[in-house]
Amino acid sequence: MLAAVSGAALVATGCVTINIYFPAAAVEKAADKIIEEVYQLKKGAEAAKPAVPAAPADKK
Amino acid sequence: MKRFLQLIAAAAFALAAFGASAQNLEVNTPAVNALKKSLADRHGQLAGHYGSGAVGIGGDGMLVLRDANAVPLPQRGAVTGLVSAENNDRAALYREIAKANGKPEWEGEIKNTFAQRWISNAQGGWFVQNAQGAWVKK
Repeated sequence: MLAAVSGAALVATGCVTINIYFPAAAVEKAADKIIEEVYQLKKGAEAAKPAVPAAPADKK
Repeated sequence: MKRFLQLIAAAAFALAAFGASAQNLEVNTPAVNALKKSLADRHGQLAGHYGSGAVGIGGDGMLVLRDANAVPLPQRGAVTGLVSAENNDRAALYREIAKANGKPEWEGEIKNTFAQRWISNAQGGWFVQNAQGAWVKK
């Protein structure tokens, strides 16, 4: 019985540790998404860039 | 005793569920969205100054007017204002994200995480500050 109680307490403690842990990966992902929006690094804008220098290269 | 065990099990389950939900970061609040828009709108005015080297991204992710001589004299005041407004918005963004997640104490760590990502996502030719405090051109 004592083992069960201490086991449950251990699980609870473990969860508390997870809960207060800073979610670095989630923040990093959110930061990248926000920064891409701010820098306007959207895929449409990126794709449009190489098309400009490619045109004169074709003429050669 | 049985009831006590049930109570512990219920508490453990609730904490586990809460712990899992904490991994989903809340960034979709009116305050955060307004700051995102403000930052994106200002970026158009700042982009040229990143490219000229006048403005760099400091190691803490905040902007620095690192070479005022790269800005024509009549524009210097405006650029100083842009840098200051940008840094205020960035600080507010970290505070609002922390608040949106019910963790105001995360503000500092959010700032540190963003600092790395602002630098990592910086475009070629921009100046960023490395860990030793030196300015390097990406």
